[in-house]
Amino acid sequence: MALPQIKQDAMEARIAALVMPQGGWAQAAREDALGRVRAMGLPGARDEYWKYTRPDTLVQPDAPNAALLETDETPVFGEVDRLKIVFVDGVFSAADSDDLAMEHVTIDRLADASDIHWAKDVYGVLEARGQTPVQRPLATLNTAFATDGVLIHVTGKAPKPISLIYRHESEASDAILHHVVKIDSGAELTLLENGPAAARFNKCMEVEIADGGTFHHVRAQGRDHERRAATAIFARLGEESVFKSFTLTANGVLTRNECVIELTGDNAVAHVAGACVGDGDFHHDDTVFITHDALNCESRQVFKKVLRNGATGVFQGKILVKEGAQKTDGYQISQSLLLDEDSQFLAKPELEIYADDVACSHGSTSGAIDEEGLFYLRSRGIEEGPATDLLTIAFLAEAVMEIEDESLQDEINGRVEAWLSRRRG
Amino acid sequence: MLEIKNLHVSLEEEDKQILKGVNLTVEAGKVHAIMGPNGSGKSTLSYVLSGRDGYEVTDGTATLEGEDILEMEPEERAAAGIFLAFQYPVEIPGVGNMTFLRTAVNAQRKARGEEEMSASEFLKVVREKAKELKIDADMLKRPVNVGFSGGEKKRNEILQMAMLEPKMCILDETDSGLDVDAMKLVADGVNALRDEGRGFLVITHYQRLLDHIKPDVVHIMADGRIVKTGGPELALEVEHNGYADILAEVA
Repeated sequence: MALPQIKQDAMEARIAALVMPQGGWAQAAREDALGRVRAMGLPGARDEYWKYTRPDTLVQPDAPNAALLETDETPVFGEVDRLKIVFVDGVFSAADSDDLAMEHVTIDRLADASDIHWAKDVYGVLEARGQTPVQRPLATLNTAFATDGVLIHVTGKAPKPISLIYRHESEASDAILHHVVKIDSGAELTLLENGPAAARFNKCMEVEIADGGTFHHVRAQGRDHERRAATAIFARLGEESVFKSFTLTANGVLTRNECVIELTGDNAVAHVAGACVGDGDFHHDDTVFITHDALNCESRQVFKKVLRNGATGVFQGKILVKEGAQKTDGYQISQSLLLDEDSQFLAKPELEIYADDVACSHGSTSGAIDEEGLFYLRSRGIEEGPATDLLTIAFLAEAVMEIEDESLQDEINGRVEAWLSRRRG
Repeated sequence: MLEIKNLHVSLEEEDKQILKGVNLTVEAGKVHAIMGPNGSGKSTLSYVLSGRDGYEVTDGTATLEGEDILEMEPEERAAAGIFLAFQYPVEIPGVGNMTFLRTAVNAQRKARGEEEMSASEFLKVVREKAKELKIDADMLKRPVNVGFSGGEKKRNEILQMAMLEPKMCILDETDSGLDVDAMKLVADGVNALRDEGRGFLVITHYQRLLDHIKPDVVHIMADGRIVKTGGPELALEVEHNGYADILAEVA
């Protein structure tokens, strides 16, 4: 079916504003992605999976300006021993980054386009697999036009986390980055990400985990008030592999985080969790699609949102259990804490199951602060503000606890506490 | 210590008068008990004193050491020295018992302009007091009251009381849901806190608790008023004859 003219025009206008990097191993994948995105068009307000989130500002040719935030706050993960890789408005900064070398890990950059690279088997491949049954055109656009990104190949247990730091220094920056992570059999990596990245950020990450591999991902999306981001993770999991991803989002006018996971090996485990805190002009969307296509796999989706002053939270989460994926254990919970009547939470939980011996549960709730709990705390002498904060942190705890490493949990909780106390002034 | 005069209270939601002129004075160092049938207004009195929402004081006063408490926020009343041991202690998932206790102790100290307790000092004190109440380390680590048995919840209330060292302790049916052994443990905890400078108001349906926490004064409450006041023997009378006789007598 041909694209409607309006979608075609919007897409061509966007593509006209971009330049495809030329040459190297990724060229074919880029050309292929361009063809695919031309066929599907960019997201429109009438698309089923964009009905809660307006895509216009993510799709328009130029990034809307985003003021820079003046802050003297030490960035998150400051206490963590890690290998730092820094991008400023989407441009790699060698001066700010560590040496890209670590035992059991090779790190290359997408921008260094050699003719042969292992990433050729993954780049655009997982993203393309993730386009059915739901199209994710912004990720395809990313595959075609990404200017840089890291290509991480893990062959053993990485001695320390790799930390991607995204700085935002230009008010009009429009960054497109694409990372590829390949975890070999039995290998293990923790990847950290933080920072606002750009006025508008389109990021795609493909993660291929071989049998017995482990991937931990902890992300803190920066708190520049006016930034926009559309991110997508595409992961494919082999037998007995583990994928755990957590995201904290504080502020940003618009964030869409997609996560598409395919469990293709038996006994694999995938956990995706998110906590967000939004105040005022804040729209946060978590869109998750987990496909069970093997025996005895476990998946968990735990999403918590704290919203106030008209902030909006969206959750679209799906568990698809394919025929034959017996003994699947799927769990999904999405909850919002609405601190006033102006805020809203929109949730669309979906289960689609074609196997008969599975356990899948899902739940979604919206609620206010527990008045009984608040009175209990206040009756012990804790003032209303700090008591509300305590209950808010408690509300987010189920999601934060999905982070396996306790010191990283503490880093995230510290961020939330700071955010809450700033709000109280 | 606590002085309540002609206190009239109605529910905010519906136009229903619950307390219809309560007069009560609890002196420092004394234990007063309030007994009464269901619906007489005992729990309402405890909530109004601690500052819970949903009640409207239409007349009368309540002061703690001469200070009007009815105008204070719940946390201000706590810092001033009011403590309510809840009939149904609230479960707070996600907040560790220890974090909760320390936050409360230090919030009150701060409100009174005192120095905050250091982490190590706090730990030492809380362990000591927890031990007396047979509260183990696990209970201190778990989220507040989550998964606690009825007895554990009540012991946890007494632990909070011991840590916060209030001037005026109000116990709302602390004996409900407790077996004999648990009641003894709770009563021992309360008795350990009896002190010249501290007043107690013990609300209960039954005389049993008063076997363990010996009151100085017993009040009978009915239909929003205190209808009879006497010594410990009044509680025994209730135990033997029920409320009907007393109510008939004052009617």
